[in-house]
Amino acid sequence: MILLVLICTAHIPAHAEEPGKEKQLDVKELIFEHLGDGYGWEVPFSHAYRIPLPVIVRAEDASWHCFSSAGLTRVEKHHDADGKSVAHAEAVIKTVDNDGKQYQFLIAHTSKHKDKVVQIFPLTPQDEKELEAKLGAVAADQNSGIAAPVVDGYVYYDGEYWREYRPLDLSITKNVCALFITVILVLLMVFGLIRFYKKNGMKSPRKGMGFFEMLVGFVYFDTIKATLGDKTRKFAPYLLTVFFFILTMNLVGLIVIFPGGANLTGNIAVTLVLAVCTFIMTNLFGNKHYWKEIFWPDVPMFLKFPLPIMQLIEVFGIFTKPAALCVRLFANMMGGHMIVITLTLLIFILGAFGAAIAGMTTVISVLFSIFMLLIDVLVSFIQAYVFTLLSAIFIGMANVHEEEHEAKEDKGNPALESKDEQEIAAHKALIEKEAAAIDIK
Amino acid sequence: MELFTPDFGLVFWMFIAFILLFVILAVWGWPVIVKMMEGRANTIDQGVEDARIAKEQLENARSEAQKYVKEAQARQAEMLREAAKMKTDIIEAARVEAQNAAKKEMDAAKVAIDQARKEAELQFRSEVGRFSIDIAEKMMRSKMSDDKAQKELVNKLLDEIEKN
Repeated sequence: MILLVLICTAHIPAHAEEPGKEKQLDVKELIFEHLGDGYGWEVPFSHAYRIPLPVIVRAEDASWHCFSSAGLTRVEKHHDADGKSVAHAEAVIKTVDNDGKQYQFLIAHTSKHKDKVVQIFPLTPQDEKELEAKLGAVAADQNSGIAAPVVDGYVYYDGEYWREYRPLDLSITKNVCALFITVILVLLMVFGLIRFYKKNGMKSPRKGMGFFEMLVGFVYFDTIKATLGDKTRKFAPYLLTVFFFILTMNLVGLIVIFPGGANLTGNIAVTLVLAVCTFIMTNLFGNKHYWKEIFWPDVPMFLKFPLPIMQLIEVFGIFTKPAALCVRLFANMMGGHMIVITLTLLIFILGAFGAAIAGMTTVISVLFSIFMLLIDVLVSFIQAYVFTLLSAIFIGMANVHEEEHEAKEDKGNPALESKDEQEIAAHKALIEKEAAAIDIK
Repeated sequence: MELFTPDFGLVFWMFIAFILLFVILAVWGWPVIVKMMEGRANTIDQGVEDARIAKEQLENARSEAQKYVKEAQARQAEMLREAAKMKTDIIEAARVEAQNAAKKEMDAAKVAIDQARKEAELQFRSEVGRFSIDIAEKMMRSKMSDDKAQKELVNKLLDEIEKN
């Protein structure tokens, strides 16, 4: 639901945007530019210069091309109204020669694939006719005198339309690069600790390594082992990896400049993969009892036959659980980033009303931004923990001991039941805590 | 919106990166760390248990030692008491023996003295008898020079005998 609402609210103004109104501060575009991906990585404290990253695309004729993202932008310097020199990055056409054929690529702006690399072709007479028809339809639809509206299948660049093809894009973008950095960081932490062990034997590590080890202990002993019991050994590597991967991504994302700054966990692709992994882990290793509960649960007969009501709900539940995981992490992290950026942009929005207001807003905004960033540090940890805990619970539920479960049902062992209730209560409390953390937002 | 529609490239790389990370850590990472931490926790638990046992043993040993010391002290006291008793016994016995010996000696001495005295008495008596006879003889000789004195004496002696 949240996702749906977000999509709706985000989409409407996005399409109403017009080129040519560049003079005003486009808050929305700025926010999404910061939250989104990019083909280069901004050099700290400069918006125009980017660290080039490799672009890997599969063109329309199934040929692969790899080139530096530096060729896709050019730094334009010009003087603004106050006479100050301002630099900003302009998209340019990158031409690649491959086997005597020329391929042209461009980071689209006025296109359906905004801010993505597209392959462009000069218009053929047939394309021109099609474009004409589509332009007419768009003009009739929006009846606004926009010079260059977004047309499906075409990109507007530098005064003319080109036919576009969105290639299969496996580029090492800013997010992918941050992903690799995160992987390296996690590996460094883990193997750093192992090296410490090899060097110092039974000695307990101090400082940073000690903190890392404490976190491992917290996740392993207090979360995974407490939830999974004797199945711990089988699933702990996955859950530990998930926890530290998410935590590192979250925290690195909060660093504003180069090695950080990529909004990784606030990108649904990343959380989607993680949720799919949990989905696979849950259902691949679910035991007989788990599947029986789904397809033949212990409910009155009329609920499962002839109309499979319960089965429908249960099967739906298989998918909603990881979907909730995916959206929770994504929405929390993206929300955090968005609030900080908005608070910062507030300075520039209110700055239009005069220096005094700008000054006041600056102080307040910076204070609030710092406060929000600190909360985000907390949220980073909570979200990583919640994802791990819920994954552990889902995996645990798919691995219930059959004998234990039946013994509970038949004899109603009070000790077992009360223990179970305690566990459920503990989990409920945790989930509520986490819900409260979301409410803060 | 790019944020809400997963981008294939990112999904692809994320999948590869995550699976790679997972495999590496699952094989060479986490098991080592978890084993180490569990091992250490066990060692610490063992250490605590050992310390508890050692303390207990120490306390046991201390009380045992105290018991031994007490026992030894009791035995020592016993021995001292016995020794003292033995000493008094020996002294008593020696005294008794000495007394006996002394008594015997004294008896012997008494007997000897008695005998000596009797002999002396006898000797003295015979001596006195001889002297008195001598004296009497001499006196008689002097006094019996006349008849009258002889008669007087005989009378006197006779009176005396009569009186007795």
